[in-house]
Amino acid sequence: MKRPSLHALRRPRTGDAVLWLCTGLATLLVLAILAIILVDVAKHGIPRLTLGFLTKAPAEGMTAGGIFPAIFGTVALVVLMTIAALPAGVATAIYLHEYANPTALATRIVRIAVNNLAGVPSIVFGLFGLGFFVQFAGGTIDKLFYGGEKVYGQPALVWAALTMAILTLPVVIVATEEALSAVSQDVRLASAALGATKFQTIARVVLPQAVPGILTGAILAISRGAGEVAPILFTGAAYFLPTLPHSLHDQFMQLGYHVYVLATQSPDVDATRPLLYATVLVLLLLTFALNASAIVVRSRMRRRLSSNRT
Amino acid sequence: MNGDEIEDGRSAIRGWPHLTQTAVAPRAVSVAATRPASDGHIAPRFRRDRPAWSGRRPLVERLTERCIHLLAFSSVAAIILIFIFIAKEAWPLLGSPAIHREVTLAKMWFIQQWPGYDAPEHVWQPVSEIPKYGVWPLLVGTIKVTLIAMLVAVPLAVSAAVFVSQYAGRRTREWVKPAIEFLAGIPSVVLGFFALMVMASWFQEVFGFDSRLNAIVAGVALSFAVIPVIFTVCEEALGAVPQSYVEASLALGAARWQTITKVVLPAAAPGIAAGVALGLGRAFGETMIVLMASGNAAILSANPAESVRTLSATIAAELAEVVFGGPHYTVLFALAVLLFAITFGINLAGDRAITRMKRRMGVA
Repeated sequence: MKRPSLHALRRPRTGDAVLWLCTGLATLLVLAILAIILVDVAKHGIPRLTLGFLTKAPAEGMTAGGIFPAIFGTVALVVLMTIAALPAGVATAIYLHEYANPTALATRIVRIAVNNLAGVPSIVFGLFGLGFFVQFAGGTIDKLFYGGEKVYGQPALVWAALTMAILTLPVVIVATEEALSAVSQDVRLASAALGATKFQTIARVVLPQAVPGILTGAILAISRGAGEVAPILFTGAAYFLPTLPHSLHDQFMQLGYHVYVLATQSPDVDATRPLLYATVLVLLLLTFALNASAIVVRSRMRRRLSSNRT
Repeated sequence: MNGDEIEDGRSAIRGWPHLTQTAVAPRAVSVAATRPASDGHIAPRFRRDRPAWSGRRPLVERLTERCIHLLAFSSVAAIILIFIFIAKEAWPLLGSPAIHREVTLAKMWFIQQWPGYDAPEHVWQPVSEIPKYGVWPLLVGTIKVTLIAMLVAVPLAVSAAVFVSQYAGRRTREWVKPAIEFLAGIPSVVLGFFALMVMASWFQEVFGFDSRLNAIVAGVALSFAVIPVIFTVCEEALGAVPQSYVEASLALGAARWQTITKVVLPAAAPGIAAGVALGLGRAFGETMIVLMASGNAAILSANPAESVRTLSATIAAELAEVVFGGPHYTVLFALAVLLFAITFGINLAGDRAITRMKRRMGVA
C-alpha cells in the first residue's frame, strides 16, 4: 500500500529531518556492526582457508592442521538433532494449528510452553542434558543393558543431539505453524466437501503444501544447532579427539566448541590465531548459507502461495 | 456428487485389503485441489479413502492422530522435565547435611565474615580452602552486563525498527531486514570470539581500561545478539499498526514525525515492550559471549570497567570441574534454577505483552 505523502503540505519539516536522521543513523550503525564483523573475519580467515584445512585433523596442539573432525561432528550432531526435532515439532504445529481449540486450556499451556522453551537460556539446556539425558537416561540404559558399565552414562553424541533437539524445537514449531497458516482455507474446505476426513485433508492436502515452510524451519533449526555451544559443553563435545565418532555414545568435536577452545584455552594465542579465524569463517559461512537458503525457500513459498490465491 | 460415488472410493485405499470390496473407484473423485488444473495432469494425490460417517476410521489414521496429540505435548513435557531435573540436582542444598557443612542458602545470600577478611563480604570463591558461595557478585555482574547490553541495544534496535518500518522505501527494506536477520544468525560463540580477540583491544585503546575484558566489552558484544531480537519484534509491531491510524493522524494535519511519535509508537507500545522483554531474557541467559568477553572475575562492584562474572558463565566455566553431587555441583544447579526462574518470568511478561498487542490490534 502506498503511504500518503506529505509533500503537498507546507509545514516545518525539521522534526521529520531529525527523526529520519536519527533512526537512519541507528540502522546504519547496526548494519555497520554486521559489516565490520564480516569483513574482519573474512580478511583474516580467507588466507588460511584451504582444502587441506577442511579435510585434515588438528595437529601440533591445535596450532596446525585442519578442522575436519569438527566439521564432521557438527554435521553428525545436526543430522541427529533434526531427526529428533522435526517429527515432534511438526506434530506440535499440526496439533496447534489444525486440531486444537485455540481457547482451550491445553492449547494455551502448549503455547506458553513453546514460547518459554524458546526463552530458556542455552546453558540451562546444557545442565538439563547432563542431568536428564546423560545421568538419568544414560545411567538407566547402562544399568539395564550393560551391567552398570559406563557406555551411555557419559557425555555422548546422542545426548548432545537430543539436548539440541529440545532447544531447536520451538524454531521448527513456529516455522511449521506459519507454513500451515499460509495454506489457503479454501483447500481444506474443498477437501472436506469431497468427504475427506480431517486427517486425510491434513496428510494429503495441507502438509504437501506446507513442505517448503517446514523445510525452512528445519534449516533454521540446523543453523541454530550448528552454532550453539553452551548446550553441548557438558553433554558430549570434546576438546580434541584422535578419531572421529563412530557410534552414538562417542564424544565428538564441534565447530562452535572448537572456536571456543581455540580462543580461550590455547597455550599459544598467536600461533592459533590464523586457524581460529579460518574456523570462525567456516562456521559463519555454514550458518549464513543455511540462513540464506531458508530465506530463499520461504520467499519462494510465499510467492507460490500468493500466485495460487489469485 | 452422490453417496454411491463416494462409497466407491473405498476401493482406492492402499494396504487395507479388507476395505476393498466395492467396485473400482472412479478416479474422478480425486481432487485436483493440490495442483492447479493447468498443471497438465491431474495427480490422484488425494483420494476419498473412506466415508467419514461410516463408523471407525482406519487404525493407522487413528494411531497417527493419537501420536500427533501426544507429541504436541513434548514441549510441555520438556519444560517440566527441565525444571524437575535441574531442581532435583539443586534440591540437596535445602536439606542435605553433607552439603550444609559447606554451604547453605543463607550463606549464599547473606553477607558473611570469612576468616582472613577484615570485614564481612559477599564472596564467590568456590575453589579454595574454605569454599565461599556468595551469589551477589554473580547476580550483580549479570545485571551489570545485561543493563549495558540493553542500554546499547534498545535505542539502536527500536530506532532501526522505526526507520525500516516508517521511513525506508520498499527496496531498502528488502535488504535491510534480511541483513539484520543475518546478524541474528551469527552464532554467539562467534560474537564472543570477536569481542575477545578484536573488540576488547579496540576498546582498551580508546578508553584505556585497566582490565582488557570487562562488563562494557561483554555488554556491547551482548547487545549485538540482542539487537536483532528486539528489532524483529518491534518492526513487526510497528508494521501491524493499522494504516487507518496513520491516515487519520495525517489527515488531521500532523507531520510524519508527529504521527510516528504520537500515534504509531504508542499504538505499538505493547509490541515494543514485548521485544524489549524478549531481548532482556536473551541477554540475561546468554552464555558464550559473556563467558569469553567478560573477564570472569567475580568482583562485587558497580564499576562497569571492571571484569565481571555472570551466572551463566559461572555455570559454564565451573561445572566441568566439579565433583558430581558435591556442594559446588549443587550450588551451580541452584544458580541454574535462579537463571531459569528469572528468564521464565521475563519471557512470560513478554508473552503477555504480545497477547495484549494482538488483542489491541484486533488480530486475536
